[in-house]
Amino acid sequence: MFGQAFAITGINIRSIPERWTSSLVIVIGLAGVVAVFCALLAMATGFSSTLKATGREDAVIIMRGGSDAELNSGLDREQTDIIKEAPGIATAADGTRAVSAEVMVIAELVRKDDKANGANITVRGVEPPAFALRPQLKIIAGRNFTPGLRELIVGSGVLRQFQGAEIGKTVRMRGSDWTVVGEFEAGDAHDSELWTDINVARTTFGRTGSSSILAALDGPDGFAKVKAGLTADPRVNVDVVRERDYFDGQTKQFRQTIGMLAGIVTIIMALGAVFAALNSMYAAVAARGKEIATLRAIGFGGLPVLVSVMLEALLLALVGGILGALIAYVLFNNMSVSTLGQNFTQVVFNFKVTPALVIRGLVIAVVIGMIGGLLPAIRAARLPVTTSLRES
Amino acid sequence: MTKTGFVVANLFRKRTRTVLTLLSVIMAFLLFGLLQSINSMFNAGEDFVGATRLITQARVSFTSALPISMVPKLESVPSVARVQWWQWFGGVWQENTPLVVFAADPQRQRDVYPEYVMPEEQWQAFAKTRTSMIAGKQMAEQYGWKIGQKLPISSNIYPQKNGSKSWTFDLVGIFDGKDEDAKKRTNQAFINYDYFDEANQFGRGRTNFFILKLTDGDAAKSVSKTVDAMFENSPDETKTQTEKDFNVSFVKQIGDIGLIVRWILFAVFFTLLLVVGNTMAQSVRERVPELAVLKTLGFSDASVLGFVIAEAFVLCLFGGLVGLILATVAGAAVSRATGNQFPVNVDLRVWLIGVAAIVVMSLAVGLLPGLRAQRLKIVDALAGR
Repeated sequence: MFGQAFAITGINIRSIPERWTSSLVIVIGLAGVVAVFCALLAMATGFSSTLKATGREDAVIIMRGGSDAELNSGLDREQTDIIKEAPGIATAADGTRAVSAEVMVIAELVRKDDKANGANITVRGVEPPAFALRPQLKIIAGRNFTPGLRELIVGSGVLRQFQGAEIGKTVRMRGSDWTVVGEFEAGDAHDSELWTDINVARTTFGRTGSSSILAALDGPDGFAKVKAGLTADPRVNVDVVRERDYFDGQTKQFRQTIGMLAGIVTIIMALGAVFAALNSMYAAVAARGKEIATLRAIGFGGLPVLVSVMLEALLLALVGGILGALIAYVLFNNMSVSTLGQNFTQVVFNFKVTPALVIRGLVIAVVIGMIGGLLPAIRAARLPVTTSLRES
Repeated sequence: MTKTGFVVANLFRKRTRTVLTLLSVIMAFLLFGLLQSINSMFNAGEDFVGATRLITQARVSFTSALPISMVPKLESVPSVARVQWWQWFGGVWQENTPLVVFAADPQRQRDVYPEYVMPEEQWQAFAKTRTSMIAGKQMAEQYGWKIGQKLPISSNIYPQKNGSKSWTFDLVGIFDGKDEDAKKRTNQAFINYDYFDEANQFGRGRTNFFILKLTDGDAAKSVSKTVDAMFENSPDETKTQTEKDFNVSFVKQIGDIGLIVRWILFAVFFTLLLVVGNTMAQSVRERVPELAVLKTLGFSDASVLGFVIAEAFVLCLFGGLVGLILATVAGAAVSRATGNQFPVNVDLRVWLIGVAAIVVMSLAVGLLPGLRAQRLKIVDALAGR
């Protein structure tokens, strides 16, 4: 039986060039579905991987209780000092404590391609240990800011997406001018930020304490020690979260939103593609009515005919799927975009078309191909031999 | 048989094919309508025309609060009738449901937003009760709130003086919109600013937004310029936009989605063109001998071309209209489900673009097979060459 099925499939496939337009409909239709599917989910994947790369397992971020995001958090000077002395915090190589109090404020920059509307950018005021706490962060052009001066260093992601923060440019915030003196790259969410000295940020933005405190842990039990120490202290009311968990938690909502959008768009497009595939395969079967009837007359079974039509549909679908994945890869992989993150500021990230995503896309293509092939295949198998032969 | 009847009859000779093509067209236009409305939401430009309210925020970002002491200055600007302020409360209902709650001045709320209606005694109660809160109809219905209830609402930003982030408010009123448009925007709540400012740990008379009600829509642009110039070079530099622009810039913060949407539109259209184009080509190919007979009977080349294009047009028109209707319904459902946070309005503009797309598409898919039919030589066609 399989011999027969393959023999017919071979004939079918060799005849595709003669009726390529209708076969092309299936290929292009599925290429569209898979390309859109892959592109949308590549966005979600890229966003997640950027944020996940940001957090360390052995560091904690401490914010005011119930804040969820740094933007909402605020600790006054006294609380900041208490938290910095908490137990369980590591000591750096130079003998200082590996802890950085940070102030997060928001500035607006305009996009490169949209001059009319400002987008929120995180400005992070940091203490010197902040750099050792994020070893992945390197200054790649210019120099670091000088403490006490209104100087900024800019993340490479900000430079990719927004204008007005290039090295040497002046950024205006709260009635004062700030000079951009350097560019840094961390390969994670910090690339979407501007950094400056915490004390300058405090005076300019009228803050006294900090938004959050980042601290490295002194060992596997450090987390428990920090948490227990601060929970027991009645002077502070804080949430202690591992840095990795904090950034992980921020990806959930975006993944859900994009997942929903991708789901709706893919379903609608897939339905359209199923109808198109049905149409093409019905046409293919009709065009070959005489041929199929001849095969049946010389002894080929109904099932091999059915299988052969299905195989043809699947093959075309697969070709379309691969084409779509390729299009998504070429057009979108590593494309840099930005969107709103948890702190109500922009997070710059790259699309990631991963193999897992491509496989999911191809599975969708194959499923559509199967649905689109089944009904025409059944019709082909049931074609009455005598009438079909008589048709002109 | 009339010409119209002839076109329709031709469409129905291969019923399966017509129905399947139609369904593809419907799906494509459903997607087109939804995406186009999202697209136009992202592409809306600056628009001062007829704006009666302006929103003033700190230039650096609205998250930097401005002092309430700016109010007299703002009210001294010509054409500004009344100024309201809204402070974002960061409201959270129960475990983790974020609510749109602003701390606002009760009397000014009434003056600046006349489109929100509420019985007189509820307005009075809002102004007189310290811990008062009023909620929009949509919000109250969604969470099953009744007037007179004490609502426990926490803030993810502001602790009270005792350090607790759990607040309790008395629901004293439920407001509704005066018209359809305002009714859609009742998924928010307001608390009494005076109480909020006094009771929260860092209360010091600051707010995220000022809302400027204008006496005259034509003045929007000049008022915006005057206000921003007034505070230039101060620590509290401002940015003043129309309400509409403010909303647009909010949506635009979501980022490059507009671009991605355009890519999807492109993919959808290309696919659609192919599907319908192929069907038309097929149907003309099958009917070559018939078309030859038509010409033999005396139909001109032009009228044969017309038949084919008319067929394409009927397919695209019917499928397109059904698709756009579905998109309108689905868009309204999305707006409702998200409490109008994500308004997908398949409005007149989208419809006009959709209709234009229908026309362009019918020409694109009908023209090639149509021309083939037009050029057909009777002798060759009848001989099956």
